Amino acid sequence: MTAVHDKSTDAPVDVTDPRLSRFEIVKEGARRDEIEIVTYESQFPGVDSKAEKRVVRNIALLFLIAGVGGFAFLGFYIWWPWRFELGDTLSDYYTPLLGISLAVSLFGVGFGILAWAKKLLPHEVSIQQRHNDPSPSEEQIITGQTILFVGDELGQGVQRRPLLKGAIAIGMAPIGLAAAAPLIGGLIENPHKADPPIMFSTGFNKAHNGGNLVRLTRDDGSPIRPEDVSTGGQMTVFPGIPGGATNEWADSPTLLIHLRPDDAELTRTNANSDTRNKDSMWGDYVAYSKICTHAGCPASLYEQQTNRLLCPCHQSQFMITKNAQPIFGPATRRLPMLPLGVDEEGYFVAKSDYKDTVGPDFWERP
Amino acid sequence: MKRKKVDLAQAPITFAKGVDERYKAATPLRGLLNKVFPDHWSFLLGEIALFSFIILLLTGVFLTLFFDPSMKEVAYEGPYSALRGVDMSAAYESSLRLSFEVRGGLFMRQMHHWAALLFMASIVVHMCRIFFTGAFRKPREANWAIGVVLFLLGFLAGFTGYSLPDDGLSGTGLRIASAIMLSIPVAGTWISASIFGGEFPGHLIIGRFYIAHVLLIPGGLLALISVHLGLVFAQKHTQWPGPMRTNTNVVGERMFPRYALKQGGFFMAVFGTVALMAGLFQINPIWLFGPYRASEVSSASQPDWYVMFMDGLVRLMPNWQIYIGDYSIPPLFWPAVVGLGALTTVPMFYPWIEARRLKDKQVHNLLQRPRDNPERVGIGAMSLAFFLVATLSGGNDVIADKFHISLNAMTWAGRIGLLILPPLAYYISVRVCLGLQQHDREVLAHGVETGIIRRLPNGQFMEVHQPLGPVDDHGHPIPLEYGGWVVPKKMNRVGALAPAIKGFFFPVEKPAEAPVSPGMPPVSGKDEREEITTGH
Repeated sequence: MTAVHDKSTDAPVDVTDPRLSRFEIVKEGARRDEIEIVTYESQFPGVDSKAEKRVVRNIALLFLIAGVGGFAFLGFYIWWPWRFELGDTLSDYYTPLLGISLAVSLFGVGFGILAWAKKLLPHEVSIQQRHNDPSPSEEQIITGQTILFVGDELGQGVQRRPLLKGAIAIGMAPIGLAAAAPLIGGLIENPHKADPPIMFSTGFNKAHNGGNLVRLTRDDGSPIRPEDVSTGGQMTVFPGIPGGATNEWADSPTLLIHLRPDDAELTRTNANSDTRNKDSMWGDYVAYSKICTHAGCPASLYEQQTNRLLCPCHQSQFMITKNAQPIFGPATRRLPMLPLGVDEEGYFVAKSDYKDTVGPDFWERP
Repeated sequence: MKRKKVDLAQAPITFAKGVDERYKAATPLRGLLNKVFPDHWSFLLGEIALFSFIILLLTGVFLTLFFDPSMKEVAYEGPYSALRGVDMSAAYESSLRLSFEVRGGLFMRQMHHWAALLFMASIVVHMCRIFFTGAFRKPREANWAIGVVLFLLGFLAGFTGYSLPDDGLSGTGLRIASAIMLSIPVAGTWISASIFGGEFPGHLIIGRFYIAHVLLIPGGLLALISVHLGLVFAQKHTQWPGPMRTNTNVVGERMFPRYALKQGGFFMAVFGTVALMAGLFQINPIWLFGPYRASEVSSASQPDWYVMFMDGLVRLMPNWQIYIGDYSIPPLFWPAVVGLGALTTVPMFYPWIEARRLKDKQVHNLLQRPRDNPERVGIGAMSLAFFLVATLSGGNDVIADKFHISLNAMTWAGRIGLLILPPLAYYISVRVCLGLQQHDREVLAHGVETGIIRRLPNGQFMEVHQPLGPVDDHGHPIPLEYGGWVVPKKMNRVGALAPAIKGFFFPVEKPAEAPVSPGMPPVSGKDEREEITTGH
């Protein structure tokens, strides 16, 4: 910062001169930083003017408000009943009171400081020079050559010594891989290794139930008889295996629908003309995967009148009577149908796992 | 024995000398104290983002002291009776505990969430300011790119953050995130399985998101914010054109005393605003959503606002699936992976694209008024229109419900709007810019409209214009050059009105002398008026 402002041709100020005021020294410092303080003048006429006193009073008031707000915040924080209780209680107001009192306090400080800076401090206009020019070309040459020199020393050294070249190539590559391997390798999971494969099976697979057919159950694990679902009604069911209703089996939730007779007839005709959904209904009952084939949200909004199933996440709509084909929205694939049956005790079972892949779509889905 | 007297007045001087002997701090410190900053309200938008980030760090550390990032199943036994006995993950349970059983915990949670929303909002508005005023031009291209990365990091921080409580809503978000990963061609299932540690949801994701949310992403944000501010500091802030201001200087206030003080006050005001919102406006009431269950979701499941544009694009995407032999690419891939990737990387290159198009290699330290670069404004308006349609479509089920519009009509309106509104916005904004430019030139050439209508002897009416500069021999204004800055367009901008008198009940100072308006002589006393007669 030795460069001298080109505008000041006068001799440098001797800052040790005791006759200089402090502001003159500040100005000299600014000049050495290539700053010209154009104006720095009080916003008020004269000393102790009425206007100035008024501004000072206002700022003082703001800081006092900040103090009051701060005390109020502490008071509420310590003494106001804060433990949550159900119903209308004083504790409902705990968070709002904390917010308001803290905000009053912070606004007081904030606007106090702002008023001080904007209204009380002298008005200032300073001009500082920028330097848009790049480094002198001589400097650019020197630095560039230095970098090239370093490159030469290392690069040509390797060029001239082929043994080094090979050794470095062979030696460095494994080091890089060895550093990356434990970081990434531990994370990699094969999505296709399990048997049955997780991407293509659900909790309704017999393998999860010791080879027996899996019952359809409520979320408390109780099995379901056909008469438990009224006509036109629907129920979310889960595989009847331990933990079948938990997120462990996030692909398994299924919608069991008891269709009205005429809708059921239509559904059956459509299902039986399809190779995969053939014979998957039981009576007037049909079960579809609840997991949307678009992004995996539960397609949980069943419109009884139109027999449509709507996914609330992205508004894909599926027609229940037509093999749950998507009729609107971003989904491309129908909801898989669960082959329904009833066991000898009269409870719903899955005759097999889903024949289509459940859940959002992916690259290698058959 | 005589003790050496300690001269307290000398102590600070001795200390300062000691510091300088060790660190040679005097000259750089003076430079810092003296550094000049230009001032304009629009320069404070980025500061809001910075202050929100500080609030996020402070409140976030508090939250970690109580949060348990574990997916272990526990039964809730806390005071919120609606959920008592329900099985839930430890993460959700500890979030409930933080809300109900920690003194001021709910306040801190809400402050954290509101600060996050404000952080993203101020980033977006700040980016608009940078974009529309051309502040990204040489030499500041890299800082613009860093800003775009900061938006993306903020987006990820927000998403990982609101996934942590493991409530019904955040679990649904995770489910969609998993579906997005699955949609990636070839590697999708491997990526999803590796991130979730097996099939969705697994037992690891909350712990992994937790470390990303509290360490990796904030670390990246902190590092990039430091570089961002460091570059602003080193390259010096841009300024608006105006009197005394050139491309090679900065006109403003020195950092101390005035500028830094104002910054401090502004921080407190932002902090106060966040505190007020956190106290008064409920946000993310996780206890109402219940724990995440794969089989449950309700309508009006919206992500935070800065993620809504992506959700909207996913909703609007038609069901186009691409089949390649036995393999396929689901439609989710295009908006969520390609779309987000393009929307966060392409804008990074805009400074270079524009410089190339305009063949502009100059260094620009003066800002441009948006109207002076209509094409840029058009591109910005186009992007904003796209963002707005996508964001609104992210909540189209709520709009459909509240305004009784068909949901399918909303989707179609979004699809059509996404294609039609951006070009329309481009056209309109370019025309508006050109019109504003033309009006500026008109005023510079003819002067300000005074509102005074004069009738000429030949019966013609004309409006009197107040020239802004010198006039020629005939009294016609000599056209002025446009200076890239505001052209006064109303008479009170050129001092035709008296300044307001300060004081509430009585004036605190003598009112300044009202300047005499040209063409409107001051009313002087009572004229002796004569009755108009026919003259006979």
